[in-house]
Amino acid sequence: MSLILDHVNYVYGEDTALAVHALKDVNLVIPDGQFIGLIGHTGSGKSTLVQHLNGLMQPTGGAIYYNGEDIHDKDYDKKRLRSKVGLVFQYPEHQLFEIDVFKDVCFGPKNLGLSQKETELRAYAALKQVGLEDEFFYQSPFDLSGGQKRRVAIAGVLAMKPEILILDEPTAGLDPKGRDEILDQIAKLKEETGITVILVSHSMEDVAKYVERIIVMNQGSVLYDDAPAEVFKHYRELEKVGLAAPQVTYIMQALAGKGMPVDTSVTTIAEAKQEILRVLHRTV
Amino acid sequence: MGIIKTDKLTFEYIRRDEEGNVEGITRAVDEVDLDVKQGSFIAILGHNGSGKSTLAKHINAILYPTEGTVWVDGMDTQDEAHLWDIRQEAGMVFQNPDNQIIGQVVEEDVGFGPENMGVPTREIWERVEESLKAVGMYEYRKHSPNKLSGGQKQRVSIAGVIAMHPKCIILDEPTAMLDPNGRKEVIRAVRALNDVEGITVVLITHYMEEIIHADQVFVMDQGHVAMKGSPREIFSRVEELRKLRLDVPQVTLLAHELREEGLKLPEGILTIEEFVEALSRCR
Repeated sequence: MSLILDHVNYVYGEDTALAVHALKDVNLVIPDGQFIGLIGHTGSGKSTLVQHLNGLMQPTGGAIYYNGEDIHDKDYDKKRLRSKVGLVFQYPEHQLFEIDVFKDVCFGPKNLGLSQKETELRAYAALKQVGLEDEFFYQSPFDLSGGQKRRVAIAGVLAMKPEILILDEPTAGLDPKGRDEILDQIAKLKEETGITVILVSHSMEDVAKYVERIIVMNQGSVLYDDAPAEVFKHYRELEKVGLAAPQVTYIMQALAGKGMPVDTSVTTIAEAKQEILRVLHRTV
Repeated sequence: MGIIKTDKLTFEYIRRDEEGNVEGITRAVDEVDLDVKQGSFIAILGHNGSGKSTLAKHINAILYPTEGTVWVDGMDTQDEAHLWDIRQEAGMVFQNPDNQIIGQVVEEDVGFGPENMGVPTREIWERVEESLKAVGMYEYRKHSPNKLSGGQKQRVSIAGVIAMHPKCIILDEPTAMLDPNGRKEVIRAVRALNDVEGITVVLITHYMEEIIHADQVFVMDQGHVAMKGSPREIFSRVEELRKLRLDVPQVTLLAHELREEGLKLPEGILTIEEFVEALSRCR
């Protein structure tokens, strides 16, 4: 079970004077159960890439295989693909529309043609998965807070039982606690269900804390594809392409620059704390 | 009196259900007293729904207080005779760059404000030039705003406000939708306006590291000011901030956690340089 991108290219406005080469020879393998961070500056091709993963956009060159099948074959069932590769757009709460939370989450599974009972079971399970309390189920989604609305929108995608969940900046505009709550919930969901999660993010700190693999996009190509510790070693190159490393990386670099023998590849606060304590105790 | 002053500013709105029946009254801003000195850099923090945006919208008369008073440069915002003066003196920049740009060309967009104020054409061009230079976007003056990055668009929005020669500028989460570079560009531009041009800045944000240079920080909770102080004072109170759904910059948090482990580090470390310096004294 995996998603494979084989020499994928995409050109907006091909054969016109305004042609823009948005994806250039992208080769990726997304195996089951990984937690992946997708980063890149505005216009680097992240969104274009993401929309290829569930067949919303068709590559102008190359192919995409889901579980071994070419998703752009004539008789390939794209509707099923979209239930298996769930995409949560930026500001997904703008897409809520039903009169209550529960109905809104039922919309997806109902459209898959599932029975009423199965639909409701899935909606219930999905709302539980995003940590929304029962008391909100029959409220209008528009009366909820920003963070709660976003959970409802994510539940709407989870109710389709996707195998791959793609989240485009799920924490944009949320307060720090709201950011942590959503990401903790997603990490827990991943642990419990083994679902693959692709997190598109502008927060290097969040990416460093949660994911096991980072894909860096730049000018339509994959610049790096590695573990966070490896990717953030290239912090100077990342800065050149409009990104950065987590502040922890800069702290460790500064300490090393002052002659403290710390491992500069740590990327989270917890790791940095351990590393500094280790070095200090050794030298004390 | 400072450039922005509020006295027991309170804002309430009536919640209605779908049929329009009154469900209750929400007090979004609750007796807030502010006094912002001309030329200072003020930051407002607070969780979603804490009332910070509602407060900000009072400063350029988008909203009016239910009770209490707001003065901008000595003018009461409820005094309709001063409405346009207030809007010109207190410019506002919002979260989404795409909702704030109307011109087909960058320089036209920036010229829109002064043109509406009836500024003579020659002066409009002068203002457009100086504003774009102030945010580092002058070389893009002939570009279409559509083709700019998020950070560039936000800087154009800011230039559009500066071209009206405001005394203060209020930015409501201007970096929420931007990538790291875009965030850096915008914050750099905002700091330069404050330092070089002396424009009073009110910055609302969820990114703690953006406000370490502010003169004063206000933390909002349930419509009132829950904490007030310098960035160092505010960020020294890590646990209190957490209770208010906020956090501190990574370097501050790392120092705080190491302190809990018994290292002799001061609270409220704000920069990497301070941290390295303080840690070297621990060795």
